[in-house]
Amino acid sequence: MAKGVMIIDGQRVNFDGEKNVLAVIRKAGIEMPTFCYHSDLSTYGACRMCIVEDERGKIDASCSLEPRDGMVIKTNSARLLKHRRTILELMLASHDCNCTTCEKSGNCRLQELAHQFGVRHVRFQDTREPAQLDTSSPAVVRNPNKCILCGDCVRICEELQGVNIIDFVGRGSQARVAPAFGRMLSETKCVSCGQCAAVCPTGAITVKNEIGEAWRAIHDPNLRVVVEIAPAVRVAVGEAFGIPAGENVLDRLVTALKLMGVDEVYDTNFGADITTITEASEFLERLQNGGPFPMFTSCCPAWVKYLENENPKYLKNISTCKSPMEHFAAVLRDKYAAKDAEDGKRTYLIAIMPCTAKKMEAARDEFKTDGRPDVDLVLTTREVIDMIKENGIQLQELELESPDLPFGMASGAAAIYGVTGGVAEAVLRHCVPDKSKNALREIAALGIRGDEARKETVVHIGDAELKIAVVHGLINARKLLKEMDEGKTFFHLVEVMTCHGGCVGGAGQPYGLNSVKLVRGEGLHKIDNASMFKRAERNPVVTQLLAEMDEEKAHHLLHVSYVKE
Amino acid sequence: MSRLSIRTRSQAQVLVDTMYAGMERRIAASPSGLCPIDITLSFLNLCHAQSCGKCTPCRIGLGKLSALLKQVLDGEATMESLDRIKLTAQNIVDSADCAIGFNAAQLVLNGMAGFEDDFREHILHHQCLASHRNSVPCITLCPAGVDVPGYISLIAHGRPADAVRLIRKDNPFPTACAYICEHPCETRCRRSMVDDPINIRGLKKFAVDQAGDVPQPACAEPTGKRVAIIGGGPSGLSAAYYLQLMGHSTTVFEKRKQLGGMLRYGIPSYRFPREKLDAEIASILSTGVEVKTDVDIGTEITMEQIKEEYDAVYIAIGAHTDRKAGLPGEDSGHVTSAVEMLRGIGDYQMPDFTGQKVVVIGGGNVAMDVVRSAVRLGAEKVTCVYRRRQADMTALPEEVEGALAEGVELLTMMAPVRIEADEDGNAVALWVKPQLSGAFDKGGRPSPVDSDLPEIRIPADLIIMAIGQGIESRHFEESGITVKRGNIMAGDSAQIGDEKIFAGGDCVTGPATAIRAIAAGKVAAANIDEFLGFRHEISTDVVLPAPTINSVKQRGRINLTEREASERKLDFEDVEQSMTCLQADMESSRCLHCDYFGFGNFRGGRETKW
Repeated sequence: MAKGVMIIDGQRVNFDGEKNVLAVIRKAGIEMPTFCYHSDLSTYGACRMCIVEDERGKIDASCSLEPRDGMVIKTNSARLLKHRRTILELMLASHDCNCTTCEKSGNCRLQELAHQFGVRHVRFQDTREPAQLDTSSPAVVRNPNKCILCGDCVRICEELQGVNIIDFVGRGSQARVAPAFGRMLSETKCVSCGQCAAVCPTGAITVKNEIGEAWRAIHDPNLRVVVEIAPAVRVAVGEAFGIPAGENVLDRLVTALKLMGVDEVYDTNFGADITTITEASEFLERLQNGGPFPMFTSCCPAWVKYLENENPKYLKNISTCKSPMEHFAAVLRDKYAAKDAEDGKRTYLIAIMPCTAKKMEAARDEFKTDGRPDVDLVLTTREVIDMIKENGIQLQELELESPDLPFGMASGAAAIYGVTGGVAEAVLRHCVPDKSKNALREIAALGIRGDEARKETVVHIGDAELKIAVVHGLINARKLLKEMDEGKTFFHLVEVMTCHGGCVGGAGQPYGLNSVKLVRGEGLHKIDNASMFKRAERNPVVTQLLAEMDEEKAHHLLHVSYVKE
Repeated sequence: MSRLSIRTRSQAQVLVDTMYAGMERRIAASPSGLCPIDITLSFLNLCHAQSCGKCTPCRIGLGKLSALLKQVLDGEATMESLDRIKLTAQNIVDSADCAIGFNAAQLVLNGMAGFEDDFREHILHHQCLASHRNSVPCITLCPAGVDVPGYISLIAHGRPADAVRLIRKDNPFPTACAYICEHPCETRCRRSMVDDPINIRGLKKFAVDQAGDVPQPACAEPTGKRVAIIGGGPSGLSAAYYLQLMGHSTTVFEKRKQLGGMLRYGIPSYRFPREKLDAEIASILSTGVEVKTDVDIGTEITMEQIKEEYDAVYIAIGAHTDRKAGLPGEDSGHVTSAVEMLRGIGDYQMPDFTGQKVVVIGGGNVAMDVVRSAVRLGAEKVTCVYRRRQADMTALPEEVEGALAEGVELLTMMAPVRIEADEDGNAVALWVKPQLSGAFDKGGRPSPVDSDLPEIRIPADLIIMAIGQGIESRHFEESGITVKRGNIMAGDSAQIGDEKIFAGGDCVTGPATAIRAIAAGKVAAANIDEFLGFRHEISTDVVLPAPTINSVKQRGRINLTEREASERKLDFEDVEQSMTCLQADMESSRCLHCDYFGFGNFRGGRETKW
């Protein structure tokens, strides 16, 4: 990697291995505007916002320039500023500028930069015919009228998820982003991970907004509105209210939801404890029966969908456990059936999730009782933030309130479900016979925590030497499957999370960079550290509940098979 | 699926490529006089269609630019729109990622600089400066405005003598032009839109060869006015010819032994046989021109005397002095100039190059005339040294090809550095420095720059400089005629400051073509006639046949063939073979007759007199 000194706006800046001039400029403390540049994705150089000028007056995109020793550039000459404004105007002239009613308003990069660069008037006319919206996906909405063709969604779908659902079609002025063959998203193998929406700088791809449904339910006197809150939500909600990322605001969120009119607020972590015990039992069972291996974790619905779409032969490897959200829902439905009958109210379950795929999971036939979904509605972290704000609630000022009992109690192992490696760790805590504090520390040090794309470890349980892998990002799962196909690798247990960093990086979370995701993950580990008990089986409510359940009921409530007959 | 596959063109791509080829021909045949903004907009739209759609400036910007230009065309733009167009185009030029974008926007910027008046006219007055004149491309592009479709139809009807008469209405040198004209008439021939331009010069050659001696028309009543013509080349003789027809009395003063100017002293006889030239000059003189050869103006007779003696003067002295390259050793023996050598040949003084190595410096038509003549004079080896690429040579490609076929060595990308001489002071070698093709100059050709290769020595027994000519203007300058950068200053009317004096041809334009010199003579004749207080009209009594509708099916152009190189390089006889009757029939039937079809016939298709 190249090393040297550049002169940026008259300032000496050392560089050492930065892959492009843009990175060096940002290192110098200058926030270069970009639409199409993301350090995780390949360089595209399309938006031309990050242009810089060299000594000879030559203009180039800094994202596509390699740093050279002795390079002298200007980042904000009169020409560059003029060109950036013109580029913004050109974008706005082929963009649906109904900002006030846009889902992305306030979080739109185009809006932000147009404002930042003082674009108050667009001198070009937009002569495009309006294009149809694609609302067919359970997770996201595509509005081509707002697309600026930065290609971020195309690249994240291909490079991080490896599913290639959307791509550029058409050329020149006819170029647009769409699924192949003019299909709707519902007609594709989209796994609903929503990362396209998370990365989209404008409102061209947004997460499906179901806030209206939530308010209708909350304000319906015939409904008992029950909320479950996923682990990753509590370390991210605060970000919208000036609370640092990673800080656990579960108790404030409970207060807010109660203020909003929710009847009962529970914790998905309770469901996660059920998942841990069920999944660990299944794993031990498989060890006894000799497979099938690897056992894949089943909590991530986008991952399950991915296998169904792309590699169904591995469906039998997926744990038959439902996800924590659905575990919680199944148990709640079972427990509240009598209650509903008694007071004539229907329990309406809202799950607050960091995830867009959960919207898809909730609608699956496998998770319906008498034709009705066990989870009535999935709201993303961002949707809940919007609802809190709509009610004028200042989350940061609220008093604390714990989740309701009995389903509000959970182990530390449940909290780390929201971060990559967490599910595997929770299961291992249950499987390893040594229940000492040092055993917990050993597990934590196995190397399955952290941001690496694939983490591998070996665990000894009794005589058995168990090979464990943890991957996040579907592209990494795909690589692992390929190696398995080729017989190059073997694992007993593999945790797969579709999103980078695990659920903390879900597409339903507040918009943020990778660094924020890491901080949220650390927040979940802190919750684990501070928890009263670290293992799922130490959750008294869960153990009692499972003990009371006969085998048939357990099978019905806790297990699911995705294998097509 | 295979890992790699051989790329084959799809059916669609094959078709698109054919369309491109068709469009290329169409662009080549684009008529002059179109609205430059409309053309810019059309090109811009083509460029936008080539955009891949990746980058903002190109994908969106070119579209917005197109919309803005459309507003200008539709008269909906304001002067502010111009700023917006400039801003947008400059943005794309500066920030686009590849040539599809920046080159397209540069086109618009260039257009704005070049057609500023057109933009203003559209915006302020909602009208276009483009005109409906110039609707017959061959006539428009002929500097003399010769009625090309007219004589092609006469050839098709088997009337070559009438064809010659019709040509003479605008050009008294049909034979010279049939042999050596650079035929600008062919460059935008509308037939190119179908297949290839008509071989106009080839047809004219057929006509003059078939016609034999065609008598000249009678001159008008004598006016008693006397006009002095200084210079007996194509321009001077053309002026003399038309002035005679108008009834004036002309005297041609020629410095050399014989008339013809560069037609004789520049163009070797293998391109234009002497007997043809002599016959053409004789025919022109048959109108009564008085000729004084071997007269040098300034020594034997002064401008003052001529001005006193004559009612008007036309200066058409051509460009006959050689230019110096400024090379060290250029004054050595065995170094000569193209002008000097060709002048000798013009007067039948054939040097003998037998066994010699001849090195010629230059890349124009004159250089080609020199190298091909040197081959015919027996040189053992003839090398043409040129500092640019072959594609940059100003010589006609067929001349270069002809020279190569006759065994001339072409050394391109070599800049002469110095001439090495022996102790007797005679050149023995030319040293050259290998060059690189560099940045484009104003004329659109890449400039040569020194490469990192060492100098090369080219042994030579004779070095001939063919790097351009100048004019002998000293005497004229002394007599009060304005000379700028070596050229006599004259307006489009050929008149110079002194209203009695007119000038034209190479001495005004610098070394150019015969047809431009002829056109200048024609213009001078008309304006001298006017100056003398007359308005004689030049016309012809040739009646054109009714138009025939020719086939527009794609068909090959009939090119003239040449004698075998090994044979022709041994003599100074005509190199080129004429068309046969069948060939002339076929070629003339390709003419689309823009004088009858299309907008041409709106104004009757032609100027019948001037």
